[in-house]
Amino acid sequence: MDLKEKLVSSFLAFENRVDLDSEVHDIRSQAIKNFETSGFPTKKDEAWKYTSLKGVLKHDYSVFPKHADAIDYKDVKEYFIHDIESYKIVFVDGKYSSHLSKTTHDGIDVCLMSAALTKTKYKILIDNYFNKIAEKDSITSLNTAFASEGAFIHIPKGKIVEKPIQILHFSTGKESATMLQPRNLIVVDENSHVQIIERHQSLTGNPVLTNSVTEIFTNKRAIVDYYKIQNDRQEASLIDNTFISQKDQSICSVHTFSFGGKLTRNNLNFYQKGERIDSILKGVTIIGGKQHVDHNTLVHHIEPNCESHQDYKGIFDQSATGVFNGKVVVNKEAQKTNAFQANNNILVSDKATINTKPQLEIFADDVKCSHGCTIGQIDESALFYMRSRGIPEKEARALLMYAFSNNVLESVKIPQIKNRINTLIAEKLDVNIGFDL
Amino acid sequence: MSKYTEDDLREELKSKEYEYGFYTDIESETFPVGLSEEIVVAISRKKEEPQWMTDWRLEAFRIWKEMEEPEWANVNYEKPDFQAISYYSAPNSKPKYESLDEVDPELLATFEKLGISLDEQKKLSGVAMDVVVDSVSVATTFKKTLAEKGIIFCSISEAIQEHPELVRKYLGTIVPQKDNFYAALNSAVFSDGSFCYIPKGVRCPMELSTYFRINQAGTGQFERTLVIADESSYVSYLEGCTAPSRDENQLHAAVVELIALDNAEIKYSTVQNWYPGNAEGKGGVFNFVTKRGLCEDNAKISWTQVETGSAVTWKYPSCVLKGDNSVGEFYSIAVTNNYQQADTGTKMIHLGKNTKSTIISKGISAGKSQNSYRGLVQVNSRAENARNFSQCDSLLMGNECGAHTFPYIETKNKSAQIEHEATTSKIGEDQIFYCNQRGIDTEKAIALIVNGFSKEVLNKLPMEFAVEAQKLLEISLEGSVG
Repeated sequence: MDLKEKLVSSFLAFENRVDLDSEVHDIRSQAIKNFETSGFPTKKDEAWKYTSLKGVLKHDYSVFPKHADAIDYKDVKEYFIHDIESYKIVFVDGKYSSHLSKTTHDGIDVCLMSAALTKTKYKILIDNYFNKIAEKDSITSLNTAFASEGAFIHIPKGKIVEKPIQILHFSTGKESATMLQPRNLIVVDENSHVQIIERHQSLTGNPVLTNSVTEIFTNKRAIVDYYKIQNDRQEASLIDNTFISQKDQSICSVHTFSFGGKLTRNNLNFYQKGERIDSILKGVTIIGGKQHVDHNTLVHHIEPNCESHQDYKGIFDQSATGVFNGKVVVNKEAQKTNAFQANNNILVSDKATINTKPQLEIFADDVKCSHGCTIGQIDESALFYMRSRGIPEKEARALLMYAFSNNVLESVKIPQIKNRINTLIAEKLDVNIGFDL
Repeated sequence: MSKYTEDDLREELKSKEYEYGFYTDIESETFPVGLSEEIVVAISRKKEEPQWMTDWRLEAFRIWKEMEEPEWANVNYEKPDFQAISYYSAPNSKPKYESLDEVDPELLATFEKLGISLDEQKKLSGVAMDVVVDSVSVATTFKKTLAEKGIIFCSISEAIQEHPELVRKYLGTIVPQKDNFYAALNSAVFSDGSFCYIPKGVRCPMELSTYFRINQAGTGQFERTLVIADESSYVSYLEGCTAPSRDENQLHAAVVELIALDNAEIKYSTVQNWYPGNAEGKGGVFNFVTKRGLCEDNAKISWTQVETGSAVTWKYPSCVLKGDNSVGEFYSIAVTNNYQQADTGTKMIHLGKNTKSTIISKGISAGKSQNSYRGLVQVNSRAENARNFSQCDSLLMGNECGAHTFPYIETKNKSAQIEHEATTSKIGEDQIFYCNQRGIDTEKAIALIVNGFSKEVLNKLPMEFAVEAQKLLEISLEGSVG
């Protein structure tokens, strides 16, 4: 039985188990129908032209993993940004782990999707926001059909959340292959500010497929900083779907650091539903082996006077494959839009591949839109300069590559995250130097 | 007398019909509408083709029957009914002429209206032209001068008769019958086109030129062009088009194949001004063209195109850079106005070592038109030191049109160096103000700025074409200033 059939047939069992009001039930039933008609995307779909799920879908994934044993904080401490005070929402094999987490209801809600879906006090939020901007494509629909657990964050008006919020998804590999489908909802009301860090991590070498959907609503003048750290094991694959709706004068930035995993697909979608909005999309990808990272971004400029900035850097070694598919759409009402998109890549090995497709679709005339894309190598003369001053070749290369991706790191606002990323980059480039020069 | 106001001018421009929209009444011999194996065989028989050619056409037809019309392009149009098209139409006046005096005077008058006086061209610019009116070539000039150098420049049907070995060797090698839907259709039913062969080491002394016209109502135009530049030769080839006004959509599905052998260079320039439909988007030509060139070692192919006409344009002149050190270039200006749609660009396939390609594309959209650039730069794993530079600039006029860019970049070699940049902007009010201030009216100012915007590409055109292209840009954008 292939995975699609398995998922469709287990939907009924799932529906009987969860006790939910009819509205979400309708959304789910519609979603499974969408998935059933279209199935998993293939290379024939334009949006998946360069990314094949074939190798990922061949495992016999357990769709509802058994309850995992509790894991000790000391075993997983390294995956947290632990040198900083933070709220934590931790899931182990898709189940909430209360002893690893630190949630709150004090002025802000940092809690669980399962609570939000069932408790009446959240009904109005769920009615207003749940599944409102998530696309209806097959992968997202699949998540919607099984949406039951994940992080739920609601920041009311005028709150500045001092401590960042960490969302962690661990998989223990208790089953031979696990499929996880977390569903997150983040609502940030007017004038509020929040910082969120998200990470998916498997603890053993058993294959894991995560199909995550996150909806983020930033209301007027809100500021959201979102960091995605992707450094999973070789057997783990991630399809990360993020949908962000922004209102007037809000600023939302998403940094994606992709260093690990077998196949990582980031679908990042911004919808600007107001004026004077700023959207920032940044990413660093450093991969090797047979890894595959695909960034698929969309910025939809709907209203006038907005901006968007995209900057993705990629370094590809060995037989790694990188894909960048960035799309900027400017509606005809969205005059005075400024949209920038840059994608720079370095191929280190002869077997590495990069496919990039930066798209612009523009219907308004008074706009400034540009995109740039380069593929190149490390500057030999710069390398020579460093070597002539006594820096060994490997370290010199690493420094140059670090400098290449530094643009993206500069805009990271939390120093502890920056340090963590610096360490990861050094690890990835196999050098023992700190980049805090 | 009342003053002539700006409103009057706008009214006049709006109602201005396609200048070249007239219809020449030449008695044509037209096949019944529809497409079947019999029609394909009949076309082949009509042209007295050898059996291998008939078989080749039939094979293409069988492939075509299995294929579906592609839908991926960013254009919307009502699909042509392939069974409602007549696949062959030839002017009746035969046999061929030795000199221009023998050509049907009505036909000559048609060209005069287009501003292409054969005589003038012949005397003043030294351009040899192979004039195609509704698919059959009727006048070939300067043939003798070319023949002295060993250059073969004739219609493709003539080439099939007289140089079957060359045609058979190269036809369909670059664009195979099964390449795509329209290429298959063209392979099955192409009625005529041009053939050009430049022998080893010969530098073609003049620009070779072909003018295409669609004349007969309800006929499709399916040309096939084959240009072969043998080792170390050089040729510059021009192709220009205008078509008369017709209300139903006409289909134009041409195939152009270029072959540049070692050290050869081909320069292929196109000015396309088919009927774009009227201001309401009614009528106009569908232009679905497959153009591709192959470069062997050290060879160079340069495509230059100015696209101002057609209701729907769908065209990607491409280069396969097979040989080491080969060079591919693509310079394009695409102008769309009213309801025109253009989806155009190029493919640069880097296979050999040290291959280079340059892409400069300028899109100008006005009115309610849609203009897309779609391009592919592919560097294969064995293409060491491949180099590509792409630049796509779009200019938007008014907020009812659209400009789109779909660049695909696929790299499998670490030594590749690829740059791509694209910008979208409008004509600055300050620029227009600057011109107004110096006594240049807004309409002229826009023409001036557009010309400046397109200059990089216009400069690549041969002299006579550049002048014509500049005029075309102005005509296409008339009345687009609100």
